[in-house]
Amino acid sequence: MKQIPCPHCGNRAQAEFVYERSADSVVPLDAEPAVAIAALFSRANLRGTEEELWRHAHGCGMWLLIRRDRVSHHIEWVKPIGPEALP
Amino acid sequence: MNAPLINFTFDGRALTAKPGQTLAAALLDQGIRLVGRSFKYHRPRGILSAGIEEPNALVTVGSGGREEPNTRATDLYVYEGLNARSQNRWPSLSSDVGGVLSLVSKALPAGFYYKTFFGPPKLWLFYEQFIRRAAGLGPAPTKADPDHYAQRAAFCDVLVVGSGPAGLIAARDAVRAGKKVFLVEQDAELAPSLLRDPAEIEGKPGRTWAGEIATAVRTSGGRVLTRTSASGLWDDQFVCLSEKLIEPGQIPANGFSQRYWHVRAGEVVLATGAIERPLTFANNDLPGVMLSQAVRTYVTRFGVLPGKRVVVATTNDDGYLTARALMAAGAEVVVLDSRPAPAGHSSGVEVHNLAAPVMARGGKRGVKALVATVDGAERSFACDLVAMSGGFTPVVHLHMQAGGKLDWDQAAQAFVPGETRQNVRTVGLAAEPQPAETVGAAGNPKAAFVDFQNDVTVSDLDLAWREGYRSVEHLKRYTTLGMATDQGKTGNMAALDRIARREGITIPEAGLTTFRPPFTPVSMGALAGLATGEHAQPTRHPALYDLHAARNPIWLNAGYWKRPRAYPQGAETLAQAGLREARTVRTAVGMCDVSTLAKFEVQGPDAVQFLERVCQTTVGKLALGRGRYTFMAREDGLVFDDGTVWRLGDQRYLLTSSTGGASRMATWLSYVRGHLCADLKVSVTCVQEHYAAIAVAGPKSAQVMAALTRSEAPRHMSVVESTIAGAPVLLMAASFSGERAFEVHFDASQAEAVWQAIEAEVLATGGTLYGIEAMELLRIEKGHLVVGPDIDGRLTAEELGLGRMVNKAGGWIGQSCLSRPDFADKQRKQLIGLEAIDGKAIPEGSMLVRFVGAEAEGHVTASGLRVLEGGSIALAHLKGGQARHGEEIYAHSPTRRQTVKVRVTSPHFYDPAGERYRD
Repeated sequence: MKQIPCPHCGNRAQAEFVYERSADSVVPLDAEPAVAIAALFSRANLRGTEEELWRHAHGCGMWLLIRRDRVSHHIEWVKPIGPEALP
Repeated sequence: MNAPLINFTFDGRALTAKPGQTLAAALLDQGIRLVGRSFKYHRPRGILSAGIEEPNALVTVGSGGREEPNTRATDLYVYEGLNARSQNRWPSLSSDVGGVLSLVSKALPAGFYYKTFFGPPKLWLFYEQFIRRAAGLGPAPTKADPDHYAQRAAFCDVLVVGSGPAGLIAARDAVRAGKKVFLVEQDAELAPSLLRDPAEIEGKPGRTWAGEIATAVRTSGGRVLTRTSASGLWDDQFVCLSEKLIEPGQIPANGFSQRYWHVRAGEVVLATGAIERPLTFANNDLPGVMLSQAVRTYVTRFGVLPGKRVVVATTNDDGYLTARALMAAGAEVVVLDSRPAPAGHSSGVEVHNLAAPVMARGGKRGVKALVATVDGAERSFACDLVAMSGGFTPVVHLHMQAGGKLDWDQAAQAFVPGETRQNVRTVGLAAEPQPAETVGAAGNPKAAFVDFQNDVTVSDLDLAWREGYRSVEHLKRYTTLGMATDQGKTGNMAALDRIARREGITIPEAGLTTFRPPFTPVSMGALAGLATGEHAQPTRHPALYDLHAARNPIWLNAGYWKRPRAYPQGAETLAQAGLREARTVRTAVGMCDVSTLAKFEVQGPDAVQFLERVCQTTVGKLALGRGRYTFMAREDGLVFDDGTVWRLGDQRYLLTSSTGGASRMATWLSYVRGHLCADLKVSVTCVQEHYAAIAVAGPKSAQVMAALTRSEAPRHMSVVESTIAGAPVLLMAASFSGERAFEVHFDASQAEAVWQAIEAEVLATGGTLYGIEAMELLRIEKGHLVVGPDIDGRLTAEELGLGRMVNKAGGWIGQSCLSRPDFADKQRKQLIGLEAIDGKAIPEGSMLVRFVGAEAEGHVTASGLRVLEGGSIALAHLKGGQARHGEEIYAHSPTRRQTVKVRVTSPHFYDPAGERYRD
C-alpha cells in the first residue's frame, strides 16, 4: 500500500485517503454550460501524470491536490487546498 | 535420547511421527507413498517436494469449523491428534473409481471447459454434473471457524524475508548498522537449508551461527518470526505476513490460530532462495519421483530414507549432494547427468553422462524403474525412488509483486530479479541461482506432467500451441497452467521451455506471467481478522438507543445505524404494528426518533451565499425563525439529496439532510466550501450527532408541544427556542407525515429527560411511539420523497415535481448543466404516483410496463397504502410520467412472479392542499 505525504500529517497509508476526482473535472461556479459539460463528461483521462483531488478522509479530513503518475503511481507532490491553504 | 513419538491418523489409520517431522516426512517414514489423487485424471500421486511448492500431497486436516482442505503435507508439522485425510478419491485412496479417467484422459484436454462453454448450453449442463463430482480438490468446510485471527501492524527499518545464510547475513549487517530488523521465515526452524546441508559458517556450526544472529535481531529491538509467510509485497515496502500460531486443524491454546501482520519497512531484503524444477518425462508424476533437494531434506533433516535404490537425474551439480547424502544413509545410487563428461566424475558415484529420463514405470505403489536415454541409447534402471533436478527457479514472486522487472540468467536458465521500483533488493540464491542446463520434455507427452496440481501435460501445451495460443498469458488461461493453489511454482519453467521450443524462440522471448499475491495461500479468516459477525462493520447507536431498546422494538439496520422499525404490542406483526402506529399519527399523535438526520450549522456573513449555491431553492428570503424545504443538485444538475434549512440567527442557519446521505453531504459541503468558494466568510460544522431529535406528529401534536413548553406551538415552518424537562430545545414546526408536526432538536446528552417528558405527554394524549415502518407509510401517502429510492440522483428537480420551488435567480450548483439538450426530453423518467386498480399490494422495485412482456418504462420506488382507508399506492419513476396521469399500466415483478394493474396518478395521495398543517 502506498504512502501519501499529507502536508498536514506527514506520511500516511493510502487507505486513510479517498480519491475524489481529477483536477480537470472541477466545475467552477460560474462555468459556461459547454465548459461544465466538457469537464464532467469528456475529460482527457490521460495515461500519465495528472493532478487529482484527494481527501485525507480517515486522518485530518483535509482536501489535497496531488500530482500523480497514473501508470507508476509515483506521486510528484501533494498540496493542501481550501481555506487553510489560502495565502 | 528418544523423544516421545507423536500420534496422528491418515485416512483413519493410526500412525506415529518423530518430533519435528512434517506430515510428508512422517508418511514417508512409515513407507506411505500414495498420498492423493490428481485434480482432473485421478492419477495416483505421492510427495514431490519438501516445502511450500508442493503440488501433489494435499490433504484435508481438522474437523468441524477447523477443517482445512488443500493443506500441503510438506508444510504441516505433525501434532498430537492430527487427523489428515487424502482428497479427490472415492471410495478410497487406493481403489479410486475416478482413476479410470487416467485411462481416458482424452476426455478432458486443454481448453475443454472453453470449448464446452461455447457449445450448446445443454452440453455444458450435462458435463457439469459429471465434472463437479470428478474433478476438484478438498471440499470447502461448511461450519463456522471457531478460532480467532489476530491482526497487527508494525514498522521496521529492514525486513528480511528468508533466514538462509544470505538472509541472516543481511539481517546481521542491518543490526550492526543500528537498524530495527524483522526476520521472517516460513519454516518452523530458522535456516532450514542448514538443516538440509549442515555447514560450518565463520568457524561455527551453521545452526549456532544462525541462532546468534537471531538473538542479535531480537535484542536490538527487532523480531524474528518463524512459521510466517510473506504473502504480499505492496507499494512503499508494505509487506503482509501471515504467521501460523498453530498448525492447520489444531485447536489453539489461547483462541488465536493465526496472526496477520501489516508491516511497513524502510527496506525489504528478499532472501527467498530458489525452488527446484522437476524434469519432464512420461509418468514423472508417479509416487516415488521426487525433487532432488527434497529427497536430501528427508534424509538429512528428517532422518527418513524415501527409497533404497535411487536414480538421481540431474542437470546440475546439486544432484550430487543428494547422491552423497543417500549413499551415506545406505542407499544404492546411480546418477544420470544431462551434461557431457567430465561433469560429476569426481563425485565417487556411478555417473552416466548425456543421460536424460524418458519414462518412469510403476503404479500406485510407486516407481519401479526409470527408462532413460544414455548417450543416445535407451536403458532401463530398476529403482524405487527417482530424485530429479531440472535446475532452480529463483523465488522472484515478491520482487515482481513490488513492480520489479526480471532479467534472464543464461547460465542458470532462470529469471532473476532485475530493476526494482522500490527499496527492495534480492540476495542469495534468489539473485544468483546455481548453474543448470535445460532439458526438454521426453517420452509420451500425454503422460509427461508440467503442472502437477492442475494436471497440465506437455500434450496440453502442444494442443494449445497448435490452436494458436502464443502469448504465455493466453496459454496460461487456456490450459490452466500455473492457476492452481501452488501457482505453478514447480511447473512454469518447463512449460515456457516447451512453448519456446515449439515457437523457435528463447525462453526470455516467450516471457513470463505476472506473479500476484499471495505467495502462499492465506486463510480468509486471517484477512478478516476480528472484523467478523457483528464486528464485520461498525454499528451506530443513536443517542436514544437505550430508550428504544427498553421498549423492545423491531430493529432496522439503516446503514450502520440501528433504528426502531416498529414497536409491536402483544403478538403484532411488523405490518400490523406499523399500520397501527401510522393510524394513531393520522388520528391523534405519535413520536419518532429522527436523531440520525444529517445536520449542519452554517454560520458567517456569507452563509446565505454559500447556502444558495448548495441549495436549489431560495434561502436568502427566509426571515429570522423561519425554515423551508430544500433540495440539492450535483454539478450535473441532478438532485441528490433533500432536507430543510432554518434561519436560527442573523447569520446562523441549520441545514438538515437525509440520514443515508449524511457522510456524502458532509464531503460535498467541505468540497464546495473548500474548493469552489474558498473565499467566502462562512463556517460549516457537522452537528449530526451533537443534536438528538424527536419528531412529534399528528393532529394533537400542537397540543402536546404547548403542554410541554407551556407556550403556544410555533406555526408551520417556524422555529423557536424553548425548554422541555429543563433542557434547552430547538422546536421546529416541520412535517414529513402530512400531519401538523414538530421536530424537537436538543443536546444529545439530554436524550433521556427530553424523551421521557415527550413520551409521557404523547401517551397521555392517546398517542404512540412510531418507527420507520409507520414513517414510510405516512410519507409515501403524502408523497414526500426519500433519498435513495425516490431521489436516486438520476432525476432533475423538474422531473421530481419540485420545479416550482427552484430558485429562479439561479447561482446554484448544477444550473449550467441543466441546459444539456438531453434534459429537454419529456420522455425522461419522472416521479409519479400509482394506485392499484384491484387493491393488491404493488411490489417494490417492480418494473412498469404497458403489458407483460413489453419494454420496461420505469420502476416502483416505494410501495405503501392509504393509512386510514386502505388501498395500495406507490411512488414510481415513469418515462414521461407527469403527462400520463390516468393511464393504466402494469407493475410487473418477474422475480416475485407478481403483476399488479395500476393507474398513474399524482404522487400526493393525502391532503394535497396541505390544509392539515394549519392549526
